[in-house]
Amino acid sequence: MRHIRQLEDQSVYILREAYKHFDNLGMLWSMGKDSTVLLWLARKAFFGQVPFPLLHVDTSYKIPAMIEYRDRLAREWRLNLVVGQNTQALADGMNHERGRVECCTALKTNGLKMLLEEKGYTGIILGVRADEESTRAKERYFSPRDKNNDWDFRDQPPELWDQFKTSFPPGTHIRIHPLLDWTEINIWEYIKLENIPFMDLYLDKGAGVRYRSLGCAPCTMPIQSTATTVDEIIEELRATNVAERSGRAQDEGRGMELLRKDGYM
Amino acid sequence: MATCKTEPQGTPQDTNEIRDRMDIVIVGHVDHGKSTLLGRLYADTGTLSEGKVEKIQAICKQQGKEFEYAFLFDAFLEEQQQGITIDTARTFFQWAGRQYIIIDAPGHKEFLKNMISGAARAEAALLLIDALEGVREQSKRHGLLLSMLGVKQVTVVVNKMDLVGYRQDTFDGIEKEYREFLAQLNVTPQFVIPASAKLGDNIAKPSPNLSWYTGPTVLDSLAKFSSESEKEEQPLRFPIQDVYKFDARRILAGRITSGRVKVGDRLICSPSNKTAVVQSVEAFNIEPPPTQAWAGQSVGVTLDEQIFVERGEVLSHEDSLPLVSTSFRANLFWLGRRPLEMNKPYLVRLGTREVECHVVAIHRIVDANDLSLDNQDTNTAVQRNEVADITLQSKAPLAFDLYNHFESTGRFVLVDDYDVAGGGIITEMVEDREETLRVEARQRDFAWVQGDVSLADRSQHYGHRAALVLLVGPDTTSKTFLAKKLESVLVAEGRHAYMLDAENLRRGLDADLPEEEALEIVRRYGEVARLLVDTGLLVISTTNSFQLPADQVTEAIRTLVHPAHVLTVYMSKNTGTPSIQTDLSFAGPEDFTATAHDILEALKQKGILAEAIGNQPGFQFSI
Repeated sequence: MRHIRQLEDQSVYILREAYKHFDNLGMLWSMGKDSTVLLWLARKAFFGQVPFPLLHVDTSYKIPAMIEYRDRLAREWRLNLVVGQNTQALADGMNHERGRVECCTALKTNGLKMLLEEKGYTGIILGVRADEESTRAKERYFSPRDKNNDWDFRDQPPELWDQFKTSFPPGTHIRIHPLLDWTEINIWEYIKLENIPFMDLYLDKGAGVRYRSLGCAPCTMPIQSTATTVDEIIEELRATNVAERSGRAQDEGRGMELLRKDGYM
Repeated sequence: MATCKTEPQGTPQDTNEIRDRMDIVIVGHVDHGKSTLLGRLYADTGTLSEGKVEKIQAICKQQGKEFEYAFLFDAFLEEQQQGITIDTARTFFQWAGRQYIIIDAPGHKEFLKNMISGAARAEAALLLIDALEGVREQSKRHGLLLSMLGVKQVTVVVNKMDLVGYRQDTFDGIEKEYREFLAQLNVTPQFVIPASAKLGDNIAKPSPNLSWYTGPTVLDSLAKFSSESEKEEQPLRFPIQDVYKFDARRILAGRITSGRVKVGDRLICSPSNKTAVVQSVEAFNIEPPPTQAWAGQSVGVTLDEQIFVERGEVLSHEDSLPLVSTSFRANLFWLGRRPLEMNKPYLVRLGTREVECHVVAIHRIVDANDLSLDNQDTNTAVQRNEVADITLQSKAPLAFDLYNHFESTGRFVLVDDYDVAGGGIITEMVEDREETLRVEARQRDFAWVQGDVSLADRSQHYGHRAALVLLVGPDTTSKTFLAKKLESVLVAEGRHAYMLDAENLRRGLDADLPEEEALEIVRRYGEVARLLVDTGLLVISTTNSFQLPADQVTEAIRTLVHPAHVLTVYMSKNTGTPSIQTDLSFAGPEDFTATAHDILEALKQKGILAEAIGNQPGFQFSI
């Protein structure tokens, strides 16, 4: 498990740099396995505390069990939970049938933008991983976003050794990605090693299906699987060549590149 | 909510079990086939996700292009359209019990900063050379940068052997030329492998076309890179990243860059020279709690004494201290949009320390092509993508090491405006004017015998930290008058202040010294100020009676009272630029009480004075 501890050490270092350099810092938490591992790493880094708010951009289409789990951990771990929602778009009836990219843009990207504007966060910690999807593979640990939340992937700042981009002009913000080097298997290995509580939607409960990646109910499909334990998930992942986000509809075509350029997580 | 069961002890190891991990970078001249090699490696080992090749094939067909393995990792539309890699991609690969992140770095000169970002993360590198084109400019520049970035393990792949008819003499020629080049950088490649990424020769399996070659394939060569680190065996370097006080514990957090630390070790902070003993190693969710920690780990420790230390200090053992100076010589590569200029302020970041600095000399620009030195001492700027030999001067002393002794504390980056714009490795310490005094202060501090009342206790009691206020400026500008006023105002407020006039020492402590012994007079003055500061006082000083330049006197005193805070105040008769840089400056004030209050405000802003008597000073002991 030495490789997992090495990943942990790097992520903890990044989290501590973020906390040191950003006065107004928040961490996105979707309750999925990745951002929950990220939350756990924050507790590691700060010796049991989470000294910044956890942000959830609620699209209102999440699976209900996710909200339950969110509120329970927030209570037990004494988290400062901040929930944002694009209520205007929801009032106008936005849903995935109007187009998946349109829906994600309105409820997630714009929902996040509104939350950032309202609270004035200058640093946002996210649990994206480089192995999820090919534009995420090109991310930096500390990645600047301009006034419109746009990502200028053609001209990213250099990242040398453990010196990150921690200063930025007013009006812009930095996305911080402590999990870039982790794979899906590493996430499960760590959940097992640290005994981190996770949602049982990730396990097969007898129907022969489980969720591999969690998002909004209408756009996230379970996969065929009989894995009922973390060990079985790890075993299953080692044997598969199917992409993790194959159950996520917004990834089709060039969806992700376009979404991410405009500020999607 | 689900949790997982703890694994029972002694479970047989899964054959898929990952033993270690490693980050590898692929570098080389543009179009020498880096992305193709990567794509081929994944395709031939069956580690691509299902449907990936088909997806890219469909896109190629749609755009009327021939399929290339390179497209697998060039994610951006623009990269695929132009057929070049713009930014580095992390790709994940697992083989023979090791988890790899393979970083595909761009070879185009325009994207050198992206190549460097990728290579700076790597422990080993594959360097590609096109067999038809031979060794090119970026082949050499990348080799040079790898050696500067600390990537010591390099395997060279001579690619596109199919284009030269798989001829051994062509390969031998390139191998000889490039080995000679690397030898000048003290780099010995582990292997030099002939291959064709496009056709799969010697990538995942040996090729009959290259039967004259008996070494490993590219895939096999990966396993030959060592992930063992010698850093644990080196002396301790533990740069403090932050100090936390979320609960009763006051935890010094950071990442150990070399060596080991254990409970009971006496540690020295550099450059402040404070010392304390490690009381505990702190961790979350680890039972039983650890008693030691080693290189690579992000940890926290508590100390037996509440010494005041901040981010940026380096912890070490006393028998192997880092160097301390305000100046060093370094090899630097520059990536900034604007050229690096001499005497322009930049921020140097070394470990966790950040200090303003400027370049005082550009000795040479290195020509990456033949490593020859542009041997003119007349350069005043370093252009983007150039490598130069420079001397740097920082505003405050830095703790550091030479790069060939310690990797992490021997390198730094320069920040221009908002961006990291260059990086360098330290080749030599430059002794500054304060070196002798600094060594003296260091020896004196290590051996200092302290009572049971700490500086922190005194500050708590007095409502302020100890500090030195230095009034400087031309003669007859009423510095002494202001010093007396400030002392009165402070004491009237209930603070513990004392005016120390240098003349008082001249007749007593310095009675044996002739006037020309100015340096010794300053040294004695500094040592007396150091004693008074150690009693927790706010010491107010005028320094006009030394026959030396004001900045030299200020720096000497600062070095001797270090790490106590020094507030410098410049007094003059008329407005105009002060001859030295100070924290505050006043021109011909008429209301000295108001001026004294201005200084008081500055002391509050710096956290030296608490807002009200009895309150704790602003920042120091709560964290």
